[in-house]
Amino acid sequence: MRTATFICGARLLICCALLTSPATLLADAPKSPAVAAEGSPIILIQNATILTVSHGTIERGSILIKDGKIAEVGASVKAPKDAQIIDAGGQFVMPGIIDCHSHIAVDGSVNEGSVSVSSTVNIGDVLNPDDVDIYRDLAGGVTVANVLHGSANAIGGQTIVIKLRWGQPASRLPFEGALPGIKFALGENPKRSNFSRGTARYPATRMGVEETIRGAFTEARDYKASWDGYNKRTASGEKNLIPPRRDLRLEPLVEVLEGKRYVHSHCYREDEILMLLRVAKEFGFKVRTFQHVLEGYKVADEIAASGAGASTFSDWWAYKVEAYDAIPYNAALMTRRGVLVSVNSDDAEEATHLNQEAAKSIKFGGLSHDEALKLVTLNPAIQLGIDKRVGTIDTGKDADLVIYNHDPLSDYAVVQKTLIDGRVYFDRQRDIADRPVREKEKKALLEKEKKAAKKAGEKSEEKKPEEKPKPPQVDDVFGGAR
Amino acid sequence: MKLPILPRALIYVLCVLTLPCLPKTASAQAQPTTYAITHAKIFTLSGTIIDDGTVVIQNGKIANVGAAVEVPVGAQVIDGKGLQVYPGLFDPVTQMGLREIGAVSATVDSAETGQFNPDVVAAEAVLPSSEHIPVTRASGITEVLAVPASGGMDSGGATGILGGQASAIHMSGWTISDMLLKKSVAMVLNWPTIETKTFDFSTFSRKEKSYSDAKQEYEKQVIELTDWLERARHYAQALGHGGAGDFQRDVKLDALVPVTRGELPVLVFADKARDIRGAVEFCEKQKLKMILGGGAEAYKVKDLLRSKGIPVILGPTLTLPGEEDDPYDRLLTQPAELAAAGVKFAFGSFDNSFARRLGQQAANAVAYGLPYDEALKAVTLYPAEIFGLADQVGTLESGKIANVIVTNGDPLELTTEVRYLFIKGQLTSLDNKQKALYEKYLNRPKAK
Repeated sequence: MRTATFICGARLLICCALLTSPATLLADAPKSPAVAAEGSPIILIQNATILTVSHGTIERGSILIKDGKIAEVGASVKAPKDAQIIDAGGQFVMPGIIDCHSHIAVDGSVNEGSVSVSSTVNIGDVLNPDDVDIYRDLAGGVTVANVLHGSANAIGGQTIVIKLRWGQPASRLPFEGALPGIKFALGENPKRSNFSRGTARYPATRMGVEETIRGAFTEARDYKASWDGYNKRTASGEKNLIPPRRDLRLEPLVEVLEGKRYVHSHCYREDEILMLLRVAKEFGFKVRTFQHVLEGYKVADEIAASGAGASTFSDWWAYKVEAYDAIPYNAALMTRRGVLVSVNSDDAEEATHLNQEAAKSIKFGGLSHDEALKLVTLNPAIQLGIDKRVGTIDTGKDADLVIYNHDPLSDYAVVQKTLIDGRVYFDRQRDIADRPVREKEKKALLEKEKKAAKKAGEKSEEKKPEEKPKPPQVDDVFGGAR
Repeated sequence: MKLPILPRALIYVLCVLTLPCLPKTASAQAQPTTYAITHAKIFTLSGTIIDDGTVVIQNGKIANVGAAVEVPVGAQVIDGKGLQVYPGLFDPVTQMGLREIGAVSATVDSAETGQFNPDVVAAEAVLPSSEHIPVTRASGITEVLAVPASGGMDSGGATGILGGQASAIHMSGWTISDMLLKKSVAMVLNWPTIETKTFDFSTFSRKEKSYSDAKQEYEKQVIELTDWLERARHYAQALGHGGAGDFQRDVKLDALVPVTRGELPVLVFADKARDIRGAVEFCEKQKLKMILGGGAEAYKVKDLLRSKGIPVILGPTLTLPGEEDDPYDRLLTQPAELAAAGVKFAFGSFDNSFARRLGQQAANAVAYGLPYDEALKAVTLYPAEIFGLADQVGTLESGKIANVIVTNGDPLELTTEVRYLFIKGQLTSLDNKQKALYEKYLNRPKAK
């Protein structure tokens, strides 16, 4: 095994969302306030091949950015004198990549796996702006991520859409105004097929998964009715009414019933996809996206008719039974059948090349260049209800942009710059130039740590003279396994 | 549990019926023995590129390659105009035929229990009808190594120290004897590491131990390994003397004899620089022929690897750096760095399900500085050379086994399609389970 295969293993784990990593320290240090306070400069990106996604490709075009928004885009754009110029001659600009299924920037485990309905917990409460995967994904052109709870529960935790504003505090990560979501999960993960850990937990079958969701929504419907009744009577002037007791488990489900919270449901098999659509219909809510949905191509018409979106992998398969009928044509086939499709990562590494993963649908299923681009830009934007702000290169939208040195639908393309809200959050040249500086800083810190350890060793030596002084071990200092 | 919906028999029928450019009546027996791919751009990887040339395939071998090559009488001609010809791709680390569905242990035969299993051989358990084979083949991969004990998750984390023997197989065949390129090409050695933090797959929990305990365990394992090799040497000696007295054959020591003689290389999986150094030192002392597998930190010991002539089978380049403060593109730039330092390497998928990303990995390395020619060789010729198979596969040269792909472009590019694929000179179907499912559901009548 070793790193490489472990990574592949880790992919499966994350996909199963069962990692129980020890919580890293929550960052409470202020995050470069100077940067945060900085005004947004006026920027002109020029001479670029602009992949607008909404209105075709502009050769040797320009994009003017003002106040973090796209002020103008076209073949000839007049820029104010004080505009910063980014010359993108020979380069390609596309809208920032939107990852509709991510687990980055989460402090600790993504699963509250102890119960089968964990709607009480919220990923938004545990955002970690120091997670280096934010930067790595940014370097892969990702600007927006739908950060989800894991898939251990039929009804999982609450989810949040973030912008990858690396260097900003946790409070600046959420995508302003984006509707929150809730994670559902169907199939092998919530029924715990592949895991023998701990005691058995209901449900253990797909029947039980359905029943768990129906049961919870039955309660939520009654809970909503009791609040609606209370509110109605209060509004009509009745006094001294006792409000219903708050239920933090049911509140997010009521929001689902009221259309104020999106359902993002992890699923694989055709039958369970239709099952959730039946339950949703019964209770009158919408499934916003089916996630993974590797057998979505088998019931694409039904998904399309329901209005649900589908967010899938490019070509993962065979890691478990429910992924054995996965096909790399899934995204294209569902698209052809009228489903709104995105390609997601579910994995911090996979997210660094979602442009490449989207390109695979050109080969597998014959999507056009623009259709492939939409899989990681406009389509996930629509799925997350943020398409008025992001997803295409159009005047008035957020200046969330990626600059590549080649056509991004190629595995030879490398991200040169990533902009969010008109600010350059990743710059490859700057990253490379900074490497010696960071290396030096690291060395200095290591030296400091060594000295501190030595000093601590001397101190304890004074106390316990009988013990031989031990030379400090770097591996001990840093917890080993480096 | 849900069984695969499409019966295998149906897939075979589809395979036979849909062979491109062949009459519908063609069957395996009726396939021509001679092919000529004409007017194609030919990347031989053994000389210059031929812009408009012909490749002649005869009796399973490449008979002729060149700009002015005559088409033999009776040859099935494939018009290669606008197409490109390459040797088939070679993935040197997979569990092909040994692992079907990762999470289902009944379908997984990729790692034995126990620490020392030098006698187990991948080829003995390769399933020729594995769905992974045609799926992977469609991406242009014509041969792979099936490597035991090279995967973690589904083996319960128990990979063993001596994991068994890797087999080189063609990506097509009715039986393993059809498929076999070479039964034993390397002995897997999972180099013991000093791990203070480990993940126990059986209990799904993280475990931690002190550095001194971890180091002690490591040293114990190295001593055990040394002991195995010592015993194998004594055993070989006794064997050489005709096995006098109470000498008894031992299958495990039998398997180690060619290793101790340096005849069978050891594929040593190690990632950290410290472990690689330890393994190199060990193999030198024990006079073992070492091939490094994984090598996430090979760049840190590139001079050592070059000076000792140790080749590397790189783990996936599409992998995040091991350290938080590593450059974000650490694994992507490593191939270029190794090439510049003169270290020979090949790319490996390390995972059946990701085998078709082999070209993508190589292309990404090019994007981060690796010369294109080196990338192409690192998925064709170099793996063949590293495992001593270059006299049979890896380039388009007369006399080599005809494992050949014909594409509509650069085989490392995501959108390139493989149009024709030959294995052992047979035009081989590009159909597979996934394509069949696609076609089935593409034709599903509109739901009411």
